Amino acid sequence: MSIASDPDGLGGADGLVLDCRGMRCPRPIIELARAITGVETGALLGVAATDGAARVDVPAWCRMTGQEYVGERAAPDDVPVYWVRRLT
Amino acid sequence: MTEPARDQRSSRPVYLDDAGSEPLHPAAREVLLAALDRGYADPRRLHGAGRDARLLLDNAREATADALDVRPDEVTFTASGTDAVHRGLLGLLHPDPATGLAPGLAHSAVEHSSVLHAARWAQGAWGNAVAEAPVTPTGCLDLGRFPATDARVLALQAANHEVGTVQPVSEARELVDPDSLFVDACASAGRLPLPEGWTVAAASAHKWGGPAGVGLLLVRRRSRWRSPYPLDDRSDPRASGFENVPAALAAAAALQAVVSERAERDARERALIDLVRERVAGLPDVEVVGDAHDRLPHLVTFSFLYVDGEALVTELDRHGFGIASGSACTSSTLAPSHVLAAMGALTHGNVRLSLTRDTTAGDVERFLAVLPGVVAEIRARVAW
Repeated sequence: MSIASDPDGLGGADGLVLDCRGMRCPRPIIELARAITGVETGALLGVAATDGAARVDVPAWCRMTGQEYVGERAAPDDVPVYWVRRLT
Repeated sequence: MTEPARDQRSSRPVYLDDAGSEPLHPAAREVLLAALDRGYADPRRLHGAGRDARLLLDNAREATADALDVRPDEVTFTASGTDAVHRGLLGLLHPDPATGLAPGLAHSAVEHSSVLHAARWAQGAWGNAVAEAPVTPTGCLDLGRFPATDARVLALQAANHEVGTVQPVSEARELVDPDSLFVDACASAGRLPLPEGWTVAAASAHKWGGPAGVGLLLVRRRSRWRSPYPLDDRSDPRASGFENVPAALAAAAALQAVVSERAERDARERALIDLVRERVAGLPDVEVVGDAHDRLPHLVTFSFLYVDGEALVTELDRHGFGIASGSACTSSTLAPSHVLAAMGALTHGNVRLSLTRDTTAGDVERFLAVLPGVVAEIRARVAW
């Protein structure tokens, strides 16, 4: 899995984007939980996921782990990117 | 031949998917076997065998009506719960013959898929306006966020089939003021009384210990319901096809038995589910969903972070526990449960556990003893 800096093309959100395209649930959430520890408090982390469950599970993960769910933007290839702000 | 020297109690598979389908009630089995020999003829016929079948069918209708506190002429036996839902809801959504206009429909976001499919079908065929009402995080219809609608038909389940939450049917009816209220009682019939104010209701016998292939369509007298399907020249104009008389009678016997056992079973199941809710909530990274109190007595749903739902079902089955899951990887459509999604609840690593009338406290304790290790082992596979 690659972690790419993707400052533009994502509707104004700015930060690392995890490429979880093609991964089935719960893999995108596992990758998100691993990667969040490498993000500074207050910074954004995006999850690009084709799996439909991520639309529900990223916000649910944020609620359960005390992080902030910021919202959803489409990547240039129209894959949704779910943005999370690290709070804790 | 000697019995294998095994501890039968600990090796007995424990079926915890009652909400998927309940094992046949002993009362239903007895009646079914007797009725198979007596209820084969066409109940419309005037010969002795026909009169016999008619008598059994009338008995089934009366016993069902008595158990549900409705009138016998409001009871129709259908081929399944889904058939009852489709008939029941579409029979209220058909266009007005005078104006050609199809009435609007409002429904909760957590209705059973049979309701959602019927609504979409009507929308496509007849052009009904359809409004979907959001739910709270516990899966309860959110009265404060009900969409502005002039819907004449409100479709609302009595209780949710996946998370058990009881819906505020009377409050919703006051809010929307529909001229027809469709209540899907498939998950609750036999366990909870029917909510008041229904115009049409649907239920499913295999959810209360009757045989599969029997649904109930209840239609209030003087409602504007009419059959959305081709008519059939049977005894009950609300149904079509040859009546499964023995199964209808067995379904009625199971319903009577379940209703008479309700008080005792309700208390026992509520206490066991409370125990599961409490103990599971103490495990790491888990979410127990649905209303903790205003719920079906026998059902609980929870989701584990970082756990694959299919692996969870498979591993628990290997340990002898049959449970259901709303996770995407366990569904025929590979989509996560629309109920969990509408609630904003975690959809992966999901378990729906529901108790049968035979589930013991020991079964539940053994499940609770096995569950943490199963979850930890699945998490370890993904190095979590």
